[in-house]
Amino acid sequence: MSASAETTATAETEGAPPRRQALADFWFYFSENRGAVGGLVLVVLLILMAIGADLIAPHDPTQQFRDHLLIPPAWQEGGTWAFPLGTDAVGRDLMSRLIHGARFSLFVGLIVVSISLTVGISLGLMAGYFRGWVEAAIMRVMDVILAFPSLLLALVLVAILGPGLVNAMIAIAVVLQPHFVRLTRAQVLSVAAQDYVTASRTVGAGPLRLMVITILPNCMPPLIVQATLSFSTAILDAAALGFLGLGAQPPTPEWGTMLAEAREFITRAWWVVTFPGLAILVTVLAFNLMGDGLRDALDPKLKRT
Amino acid sequence: MLSFLLRRVLLLIPTFLGVSVVAFGFIRVLPGDPIELLAGERSISPERHAELMARYGFDLPLWDQYLKFLTNLASGDLGTSFVTRRPVLDEFLTLFPATLELGLCAIVFAVAVGLPAGVLAGVKRRSWFDQTLMTVSLTGYSMPIFWLGLLAIMVFSGWLGLTPVSGRISVMYYFDNVTGFMLIDSLLSGQEGAFRSAAAHLILPTVVLGTIPMAVIARQTRSAMLEVLGEDYVRTARAKGLPPARVIGLHALRNALIPVVTTIGLQVGVLLAGAILTETIFSWPGIGKWMVDSISRRDYSVVQGGLLLIAAIVMLVNLTVDLLYGLINPRVRRR
Amino acid sequence: MALLEINNLSVEFKTAHGAFRAVDGIDLAVEAGQVMAVVGESGSGKSVAMLALMGLLPWTATVSADSLTFDGWDMLALSPRARRRIIGKDLAMIFQEPMTSLNPCFTVGFQITESLKTHLGGTASERRARAVELLGLVGIPAPEKRLSAFPHQLSGGMNQRVMIAMAIACNPRLLIADEPTTALDVTIQAQILDLLLDLQKKTGMALVLITHDMAVVAETADAVSVQYAGQVVERDRVDSLFAAPRHPYTHALLKALPERATERHLPTIPGVVPGQFDRPKGCLFHPRCAFAGDLCRAEPPRLLADAQGRAARCHGPLDAAGQPTASRDLAERAAS
Repeated sequence: MSASAETTATAETEGAPPRRQALADFWFYFSENRGAVGGLVLVVLLILMAIGADLIAPHDPTQQFRDHLLIPPAWQEGGTWAFPLGTDAVGRDLMSRLIHGARFSLFVGLIVVSISLTVGISLGLMAGYFRGWVEAAIMRVMDVILAFPSLLLALVLVAILGPGLVNAMIAIAVVLQPHFVRLTRAQVLSVAAQDYVTASRTVGAGPLRLMVITILPNCMPPLIVQATLSFSTAILDAAALGFLGLGAQPPTPEWGTMLAEAREFITRAWWVVTFPGLAILVTVLAFNLMGDGLRDALDPKLKRT
Repeated sequence: MLSFLLRRVLLLIPTFLGVSVVAFGFIRVLPGDPIELLAGERSISPERHAELMARYGFDLPLWDQYLKFLTNLASGDLGTSFVTRRPVLDEFLTLFPATLELGLCAIVFAVAVGLPAGVLAGVKRRSWFDQTLMTVSLTGYSMPIFWLGLLAIMVFSGWLGLTPVSGRISVMYYFDNVTGFMLIDSLLSGQEGAFRSAAAHLILPTVVLGTIPMAVIARQTRSAMLEVLGEDYVRTARAKGLPPARVIGLHALRNALIPVVTTIGLQVGVLLAGAILTETIFSWPGIGKWMVDSISRRDYSVVQGGLLLIAAIVMLVNLTVDLLYGLINPRVRRR
Repeated sequence: MALLEINNLSVEFKTAHGAFRAVDGIDLAVEAGQVMAVVGESGSGKSVAMLALMGLLPWTATVSADSLTFDGWDMLALSPRARRRIIGKDLAMIFQEPMTSLNPCFTVGFQITESLKTHLGGTASERRARAVELLGLVGIPAPEKRLSAFPHQLSGGMNQRVMIAMAIACNPRLLIADEPTTALDVTIQAQILDLLLDLQKKTGMALVLITHDMAVVAETADAVSVQYAGQVVERDRVDSLFAAPRHPYTHALLKALPERATERHLPTIPGVVPGQFDRPKGCLFHPRCAFAGDLCRAEPPRLLADAQGRAARCHGPLDAAGQPTASRDLAERAAS
């Protein structure tokens, strides 16, 4: 009796779609990590904030209230709840600017990661699959990119392309993608040696099918982790470029650019310096927390990197 | 080991050539020709334009220009600043000690704090210390350091009045440049208070620049310790009756250091990128600020030379780290 | 008083799914100069008990015992510092995996002299000379040269010899060898065992040999303790145990020896050692026992010794012919 019950139970688990099972496993490990869940919640909140910025923000982010220059936050003497986090030097509501700024940061992260992921995976796949001179050429080019400190190369690229948020994103994507190339290539090398790849080849699968359908899916877990962590790097670098005056240009409410504008008021208005940076920190931290959790959940072997 | 070394050095050649192509190509892909960039707002007569093109060799075929660039490079000629008319290499050598001093202080700070903290967190796994350190280090790792620098200036220089805001030393002091390191030169000068002033100027930039490397080193050390502490040879060391300090500080740490040293080496690139921001915030006269300033005043021959020199430094450091890895890991050394 | 006396030792591990009792009230006594074999399958708690004695268990383990004395010292009551003066000196241990048990970052010479320095002191040259002597003693050729070798430059057998040299460096009174030959090639296994016994005879130390190999026991030990699922199920002198095992588990183990096989196929013991969640009621061995009755399923047996001091944890120990001496049926027992 009990034996037959057991058999049924086993059959049921085996019968469940393996993908759903894997997803359940993944969620079990991910949700065990409190920091990762916190990061996920923060990221979701940030996304909601970015989408609904027009509804949530009390004011237009570029509207200048000329009678309210450098008003401190509401809880401080001289503050008013009309401007909860105070105003900047030309009377713009800081909170509204910060809320709208989330759009830029998330946008930067999304575009940069998409570009560097696509290009990085393609190049890495080619390098790992074709080997020989293709691999040598691709990897040497990546070595060259990695020989420059990332921010310096991004600065120079922006100097060539001209300042601006779009060019900053391109520059950051260029300096980030060698990491994806290296990771993909390393994964491909280890996956391509597996028996199921040989099996697929012996039954006559072509190179494209082998690369994209057989090999690539098995390379994904570390790439997903790297993508999450690169999201935070991209946000950080874009803010740094903005801070150096080469990213988004005023009056765009981009957090790094806001910090650059705030520099000269450092002794007079702590809030214009503090809040934009805090926004960057919290956003980057959220993605890093999530990335750590993903890494633990997707591949325990990767925990140590 | 020798063949490994040889292979490693040979691999540097194509990378360095690639770097030189990037630096060389940089000026040439800029919109507008270099002489117009140099002239800037001023108008320039066609004759003068042709003369300058010839003087800088921009009229030659691209391939000849590159060869000339390489031969000049070999003789130590990295070109002349468009703005100051001084050789780029001279400018670099004047400014580099400032960056080196700051970078060394930052890495010493990062290792001095990050390494012991990581070891302790690994040994006291899941303790409040471990959890606090992991939170702090993830925060440090996520830190926009330009903001941290501004906050530090605001709090320590502005509100508390403890530290100076910018530069390497108070203008009250003047002494000869012997080593280029303000800490050493101020001591050599024998002037009262000079060393204190130099040290006070260094504190905030050091902490700001060292924050990310410290966080990375602490995390890496912790995970390396965790891994090593579970190894059989640590159990053997304890079975020998060795005191815990020796088991952890010698048997475990010696093995844990192998990946950590690589991590520390890799922080040099991070440090140079961070120097761009830190030096800008603290008006630190080093090569990071030099590059930013040169880009903003369109002194592109400086940017070209600086790119090359900085990439060369990164490559040399990476090479050293690889060699060091071989030295501290007996399994690589003797195979 | 015996050199080593363990009474009612239990070890529990904290796990994510509650406590797990790896060692369940075992007793063991080892006389000075005796060779004691501890036999059992993987998971029978034989290594854990010895690691508890050495104080080498991780923090998730809780150790309790009525007594755990070595050479008159109460090992549970000793301060860590006082225990470290005994561990590695009078009480030494070698492990299963010689390749990973030596520190890859230090030379063989350093690791041997470190023990000497910690426990005996002496000058650097004295220690060096003793290390050379030790390497010679464990049969390593060209010992002077080997001092500067790193573990990865030596074979597994050589590394195990180094481990032995390290363990006997301070002339221990008891050496615990935890499956010292399991990870080695078959040809090397016999050499290492011979070396251990040879050293035991020369130095007169006691030796606890942990193994899962009954054949090894027959060739080496004076006495044997058979463990199953964290409990001692039989304890006896080697000769009488091999002549007439009293516990069905020992009986089955011996039948599985190729040398004793009577049929074409080696007999096996069906089933596996119970884990954390499937510990049966009654006798822990009854699901795999050929003689189990309803008494075995209901009540755990106690470890009882007969007149000759041969102890077995069984409701009806076997006689010399391999037949149960008492009924395991509750109804029949009540009737008789």
